[in-house]
Amino acid sequence: MATRAIAVEDLKTGEVTAATYEHPWVVRLCHWINAVALFVMIGSGLQIFKAFPSFGAKIPEKDLLQWPKAFALGGWLGGALQWHLTFMWIYIATGLVYLGYQVFSGNYKQVLFVPRDIPGVWPMVRHYFFFGPKPPATEAYNPLQKHAYTSAIGLGVLSVLTGLAVWKPVQLSWLAWLMGGFHWARLWHFLIMWAILAFIFGHLVMVVLHGWNNFVSMLTGWKKDPEYPVN
Amino acid sequence: MISKTDSRKFKSINRRELLKLTPVLGLGAFAIPGLQGRLLKAGLGFSDWASSRLFRTGHLAPTFADSDLTPFSRFPINGYDVDDPGVDLDAWTLTVGGAAQKQGDYTLAQIQALPRITQNTRHVCVEGWDVIGRFGGARLADFLQMAGADTTARFVSVECADDYYESIDMATALHPQTLLCYEMYDQPLTREHGAPVRLNIPTKVGYKQAKYLTSLEITNVLPRVGYWEDQGYSRFYGL
Repeated sequence: MATRAIAVEDLKTGEVTAATYEHPWVVRLCHWINAVALFVMIGSGLQIFKAFPSFGAKIPEKDLLQWPKAFALGGWLGGALQWHLTFMWIYIATGLVYLGYQVFSGNYKQVLFVPRDIPGVWPMVRHYFFFGPKPPATEAYNPLQKHAYTSAIGLGVLSVLTGLAVWKPVQLSWLAWLMGGFHWARLWHFLIMWAILAFIFGHLVMVVLHGWNNFVSMLTGWKKDPEYPVN
Repeated sequence: MISKTDSRKFKSINRRELLKLTPVLGLGAFAIPGLQGRLLKAGLGFSDWASSRLFRTGHLAPTFADSDLTPFSRFPINGYDVDDPGVDLDAWTLTVGGAAQKQGDYTLAQIQALPRITQNTRHVCVEGWDVIGRFGGARLADFLQMAGADTTARFVSVECADDYYESIDMATALHPQTLLCYEMYDQPLTREHGAPVRLNIPTKVGYKQAKYLTSLEITNVLPRVGYWEDQGYSRFYGL
């Protein structure tokens, strides 16, 4: 992966630090729009779920869980549906622009988890969770990161497909059928939301752990003093 | 080969790159109280437009075996107001108005004289629950033909004995599974389920399927769309 690199000389100290252009503009733009869209989709989705917080029969209705209004967006079912059915288009459009850009620019190689990454997963897991030694970084994303991001993109695609099946169980009946029918599609849609929430949680923890330079790279594209060798 | 720069130039590069993210701030428009309502209305309108484009006249909603039916006793009764608005079933007629050659009052017997259709279809509520029910009635398309309706008009709107009101697009009205429903589970419609006649539209969400119909109008303009739509629900909501 040819990463654009630059050597930055500090004008005061004369110290030279490397910096790499890690996140192209389209990727950054999509990342932040998607962050807002996901916030709205999950918030309004939770409000929609409050209208029938169950996956069983309507009669007798067994509610699964309720949560405070603070964790829901839209105020009532109709309001939440307006948010959900508006931001679904922003969410889908952003996803398509992102995927299209990654494929056509070749930038997907930075993030796509491929078979040759498999051997590197366990050492990273051991490092993160079991105090193992830190494997040397060779590229922008380590194998575990690639796995997480590739999964997150997959979850994004699935969230759209299950959502479409819930929205259009008749016109897209084949899609609903693939998921086991309308009833199951709704359950999958809900479970995928939790999987995405789990990813977001892990993602935010890692952002905090990796510090300021890493965070800034998603804003400006440039990462100062990267952990991996640049040339 | 790494190119070189100094910290000042690097800062200005970073600033420029950061500025390229300003389009994201456009989403902030959704946080402005005066704009929020209009933007969401436009978003819902776009969804409705996409829904109407996705609707295919010849595409049938899935039908189910008798063994898949939700028992009648567990078919929810979802009135918005009262379960029984006290319709005088003997004197009941359906009043047809608007763009129809034969305006006037139609009796239940006239509706029942049209070919009787029965179907086991899924009823999906906007809240998220669904049941599979057995519905029987006349095709709305057949009824519209009998009334000499102008099917080039855009909408069919209905009014109900409980002051509920609804409307559907003509394409959906002419869909072969759209019924003027007078039976559920092979029995005459009970009062809680909308006796004597309700709409059964397997291609639409539940709130579109009005009960206790009293009048029906073929029209190009809708002064009001529907009880829930006028409070912010989707006006098309096709499944």
